[in-house]
Amino acid sequence: MGRYLIRRLLLAIPTLLAISFIIFAVLDLAPGDPTGNLPLTIPPEVRQQVRQALGADDPFLVKYAKWVRQFVVYEPLSQLKASTGIDLVPEGAVRILSWQTRSPVSDLIWQRMPQTLWVVGLAYLLGVLIAVPVGVLSAYRQYSWFDQLGTFVSMVGFSVPTFFTGLLAIIIFSVQLGWLPSIYDTTLVVKDWPSFVQQVRQMIMPVAVLALFNASQLSRFMRASMLDNMHQDYARTARSKGLRERAVVLGHVLRNSLIPVVTLIALGIPGIFTGAIITEQIFRVNGLGDLLIRGIYNSDIPMVQTITFMFAVLIVVFNILADVAYGVLDPRIRYG
Amino acid sequence: MRVLRPLVILAVVVMAMLGSATAQRGSDGTVTLLYWQAVSILNPYLSGGTKDIYASSVVLEPLARYAPDGSFIPYLASEIPTLDNGGISEDLTSITWKLRDDVVWSDGTPFTAADVVFTGEYCMNDEAGCVARNFFNDIASVEALDDHTVRINFSVPKPNPYSAFVSAESPILQAAQFADCVGVRAQECTEQNFFPVGTGPFVVSDFRPNDVVTFEANENFRDPDKPAFQTVVIKGGGDAASAARAVLETGEADWAWNLQVAPEILAQMEATGIGQLALSFGTSVERVLVNFSNPDPALGDDRAEYMDGNNPHPILSDLRVRQALSMAIDRATLVEIGYGPTGKATCNIIPAPEIYADERTDCLQQDIEGANALLDEAGWVRGPDGVRTKDGMRLSLLFQTSTNAVRQDFQALLKEWWNELGVETELRNIDAGVFFGNDPSSPDTYGKFWADLEMFTSSAAGTDVEAYANRWTCAEIAGRDNQWLGSNQHRWCRAEYDALSAELAQTVDIDRRAELIKAMNAMLVDDVAVMTLVYRADVSARANSLMGTQKQSWDSELWNIADWYRAD
Repeated sequence: MGRYLIRRLLLAIPTLLAISFIIFAVLDLAPGDPTGNLPLTIPPEVRQQVRQALGADDPFLVKYAKWVRQFVVYEPLSQLKASTGIDLVPEGAVRILSWQTRSPVSDLIWQRMPQTLWVVGLAYLLGVLIAVPVGVLSAYRQYSWFDQLGTFVSMVGFSVPTFFTGLLAIIIFSVQLGWLPSIYDTTLVVKDWPSFVQQVRQMIMPVAVLALFNASQLSRFMRASMLDNMHQDYARTARSKGLRERAVVLGHVLRNSLIPVVTLIALGIPGIFTGAIITEQIFRVNGLGDLLIRGIYNSDIPMVQTITFMFAVLIVVFNILADVAYGVLDPRIRYG
Repeated sequence: MRVLRPLVILAVVVMAMLGSATAQRGSDGTVTLLYWQAVSILNPYLSGGTKDIYASSVVLEPLARYAPDGSFIPYLASEIPTLDNGGISEDLTSITWKLRDDVVWSDGTPFTAADVVFTGEYCMNDEAGCVARNFFNDIASVEALDDHTVRINFSVPKPNPYSAFVSAESPILQAAQFADCVGVRAQECTEQNFFPVGTGPFVVSDFRPNDVVTFEANENFRDPDKPAFQTVVIKGGGDAASAARAVLETGEADWAWNLQVAPEILAQMEATGIGQLALSFGTSVERVLVNFSNPDPALGDDRAEYMDGNNPHPILSDLRVRQALSMAIDRATLVEIGYGPTGKATCNIIPAPEIYADERTDCLQQDIEGANALLDEAGWVRGPDGVRTKDGMRLSLLFQTSTNAVRQDFQALLKEWWNELGVETELRNIDAGVFFGNDPSSPDTYGKFWADLEMFTSSAAGTDVEAYANRWTCAEIAGRDNQWLGSNQHRWCRAEYDALSAELAQTVDIDRRAELIKAMNAMLVDDVAVMTLVYRADVSARANSLMGTQKQSWDSELWNIADWYRAD
């Protein structure tokens, strides 16, 4: 297992390098201008100077090499200095700056993490917590009313896009009933009961919308996995041995069914970090998804490159983790 | 003793009445503004758009601002310099600003002429990438005559010297704060760019870029009773429709900016009754540009190149064809469908300020028969499929614009009307970030104009339309040699127009300037270099309980935020 892990990690490095090159090439080739959103009253010569000041007109390989050095050397050293005070940052090192805000990209990412993790992370957790019991019960009582209802809700939750359910929720709960706020206040600090209540109130709608979407997918998979295992010989053996129904289902069948589901959950975690772009936009959660999409609209190449690459790193890491988890959970799997 | 008691009671009552009559600084709590295009930076000299300029105007102030009627109001200056009061020199090569001496920065240090001189050097540094660089054109030097007097020396006589340090796009920065941020270093000064020290009614207390800005009342603001609000929150994200909803329907915000939303939806939201639209008309005109060069792909590198007039458009060079296209447009319908009360049909490309506005209404009547007659006269004959041809060429035009629901509606309507003339129109729409960008490698920018017609909105900066009118001079033609950065995307060139522009540069008399501008406007419209469509208002929404606002288009809409207050 250890050697497998090391081999996978070593393989990840050239993979990530290739990914970063491809992403950078695609972004650089795409049309778009960071000065495109400036008012048209600003004359073109001035825009040209702005582009030069940003470094937007440097040759491709120069830009790529600069970015790699910034990401691999300067950023970690700057973070090290910020957290521990050890200053190893070389003279003249410039951090990766966003073209929109002229401020370090990593600062923006850290600033956005809390709301993304709170809303999208919580929604994912809630989705998982809802999906597993629903899937188990649907499989156990196959074709019962609960199963039919679960199937229907899952289909709806999966097919209806989040921008529709989100908008519907706002119209019902914010406009008509006035129960919940439609704007997410990112500056809210939870320090007492009223502010905690306010935080919960502003999180309910985005979390519910996303949790519905996540739970729909996962519950179908859980159900299918349970059904696979429910009728296996070992389940029948366990029952005939005299074990209680509960022990059979939860102790034996569920544990085996969870293996592929855990893999699926682990693979879905990187998705939390890009946020749910549409839901964040609708509720003004202004998390990482919003950061990415605004970077794309404004042709902010350093921002988009860094976030996309960060996402690639997470995917590779969680892929490895999922494989390792699979090996740990299922004793039949042995990695050489 | 017996006399004293009623006197004391009287005094107490009078003092209580006085106390409640005057508003206290910070007594009205928080006001929430929604800028759905979120604020990215609070230094307007490095801004990424109008939103950054407006947000920074809450903190930073210029020497003078534009008032809603287009005149100037002194802010950090004590008076507006003019020829009469000797502020502007007789030969028009210098302007002397007298500064207020009772102003301090929000950190308590005094505001002096050194700050003004520094700001000039900050923006005029060519490596800084200052977006307001053109405000400082033709400036030879900015010098401090004493602590409260600044003189700007121009290299040529300037009839309109009110560019540098005027309006929200060119406020004064604190020299002490930005001292290390000059030239190339300007981009890296994140602390200064995010928390600028200003003289305005508020200071920045928290800034999350592209998310939310929080301002607190400035304890050192020169008016002790202002601002009425203690906190200003400018929240970003989402889109225009949800921002309008938050002000007009749910009451979660007090003000929303830039509401490009369909008029029926805005009307429906307004009907809820807790808010209303705030409109102001500037110089924004939605127009169709005519390409006077040939954008035929077969020309390769010479596509849409002006080439001194040797590459004329095969169809649109004929005035009759252009007139016919313009006559077929029903502008009133366009306004009704796209803008409702937030737009007016117009025949002027320069619709404001009032002294420059022409009274023409000749284009407002749709005339399909007249247009058809003109095309017949020009020799275009209808073919069997309804499309006109001449000399083996079909009357087929490529019409491009940015991706936007209203613009696509307009394109569909224009295509319908031109269809009745026998004109075949192909429609294209391009993402706004690409269309309005200046990427020289992209074939889809409005500067490249690799199409026959294109449509968008543009406007003048502030009230000075001279720079705006100069966009159509021959020198500004966009092409390969200037990387398509010229502002004359039409490739239209008329010697008479350039002559008017040259005379305007020398003219000081305001009435003569107005005559010249009107003549330039007339030339552009009569020659159908542009087909003007809609005179668009800037649309914001305000909650009914928010008072003191005065929406305007010449300067920042938050120009008088110190005067805003909450109704009781």
